[in-house]
Amino acid sequence: MSASRPVRDGLFRDCGDGTARLLGARCADCARYHFPRAEVCPYCSCDSCSAADLGPRGRLWLYTAVLRPPPGYRGVVPFGFGVVDLEEGVRIVARLTEGDPARLRSGQPMLLVVEHLHDDDGTRVETYAFAAAEEG
Amino acid sequence: MSGAVEIAGVGLHRFGRFDGTSVVDLGLVAVRAALADAGLRRGGFQAAYCGTVYSGVAAGHKVLTALGLTGVPIVNVEAGCASGAAALDLGVGAIRSGRYDCVLVFGMEKMPAGIIRSSFFEPWREEAGLAVTPAYFALRAQRLMRESGVTREMLADVSVKNHRNGVHNPDAMFRKEFSVEQVLSSALVCDPLTLFMMCSPNEGAAAVVLRRGGRGGVEIAASALRSHLPGSVLGEHTPLSGLIDDTAPPPTSLAARAAFEEAGLGPGDLDLCEVQDTDSARELNSYEELGLCGVGEAGPYYAAGHTQMGGALPVNASGGLLSKGEPLGASALGGIVELYRQLRGEAGARQVDGARVGLAHTVGRGANASVVILKR
Ligand SMILES: [Zn+2]
Repeated sequence: MSASRPVRDGLFRDCGDGTARLLGARCADCARYHFPRAEVCPYCSCDSCSAADLGPRGRLWLYTAVLRPPPGYRGVVPFGFGVVDLEEGVRIVARLTEGDPARLRSGQPMLLVVEHLHDDDGTRVETYAFAAAEEG
Repeated sequence: MSGAVEIAGVGLHRFGRFDGTSVVDLGLVAVRAALADAGLRRGGFQAAYCGTVYSGVAAGHKVLTALGLTGVPIVNVEAGCASGAAALDLGVGAIRSGRYDCVLVFGMEKMPAGIIRSSFFEPWREEAGLAVTPAYFALRAQRLMRESGVTREMLADVSVKNHRNGVHNPDAMFRKEFSVEQVLSSALVCDPLTLFMMCSPNEGAAAVVLRRGGRGGVEIAASALRSHLPGSVLGEHTPLSGLIDDTAPPPTSLAARAAFEEAGLGPGDLDLCEVQDTDSARELNSYEELGLCGVGEAGPYYAAGHTQMGGALPVNASGGLLSKGEPLGASALGGIVELYRQLRGEAGARQVDGARVGLAHTVGRGANASVVILKR
């Protein structure tokens, strides 16, 4: 098995069961979640945030597809791109594993997964993405 | 309002692609034209503010160095798409404060072609494919389709409208009409947006001379610059993961409210608007954010034809960025130059009859939004 690395440390956790969790945080003062995790709350600027894992379940809100590689991107196209409302009440803009918008619909259940981006000198580079989940 | 500010003169280098011409060359053309238009001689302005994003160190200084007009304070301003508007806002404030009587404001840019690689995005976001500006625009467009009665045909028609207006603007890059079918069948960029619904980054420059008011010229009735509140989603700041609050007013609404209050005017007083149309959906979004129509009403408002030439409130009579292209530092001031010409009845075949009050809007990365109201 080849080595792998996340596209950036501290973004997500691979749960080993096909799902992932986002490494977010919750502010003790204003009670809002944010992601990626930061020490200072991006809403109220207080520094009483504590770590909170987010996901893996949510529902799709908006979606499109990226057809050509954007600047600095070395992975495959097309890929999906959308906004997912997580059960925790946080809204995440992220990649979608489904690259055909015709196969997506607003409100459908989504699951946070680990996605292979590209290989860097033999190392698998991975990121988080949402995949369509079964209803239920 | 302490101390009215008016426009003493304007200048423009037309927007387009000009290989072999430096950004300083472009700026020189606009600045010289504005100084001549204002009848200013050496020593005529006491400070200069230059909006630009990609021009490097002390770009505004280079322009004024070439003209032998240095010695005064020169400030280079970067605020994304609103850079020129931010420069204008500083100039207006400086005159109002009583510090200066006359200032030069200009903006200029030579943009790279294609999807712009922006240092706004961190490297990991680029590597993960998240640095994809048109996809954020597409999500906003889809939202308008779902919540504001906007259709694909309407998105195409905004481009048709602006290109039709742009035919009459000699300073525009694209002076060609398209049909709705042509716009819809142009290359898909990010569903629902097609290539002809997106503006092109390009090159150009614009300049405005401001002076203490009261001489009967076109007056700056209001200038408001705002940034986003924490958490606003699908704004021009290309929201990144974790920002959730969709109820926060977007920066355009913050700027519009402040500008209308400052001017003592409302949307019903406007005769024309120049609105940021980075893509077709952005223009429709701005109708709601500026308060031209209610939230959720952009579709029916557009369909009623109000914003067409001859309608109650023509939007982007200049052809907008869809026709002119978008040279970041210059584009906001391009809107000011257009309004100035319109309010003076000098807009030729694209003249909005009897225009007395106009609004210019820009919004961009940061997020920054600017609303400027001119009146005569
Ligand atoms: Zn907080």
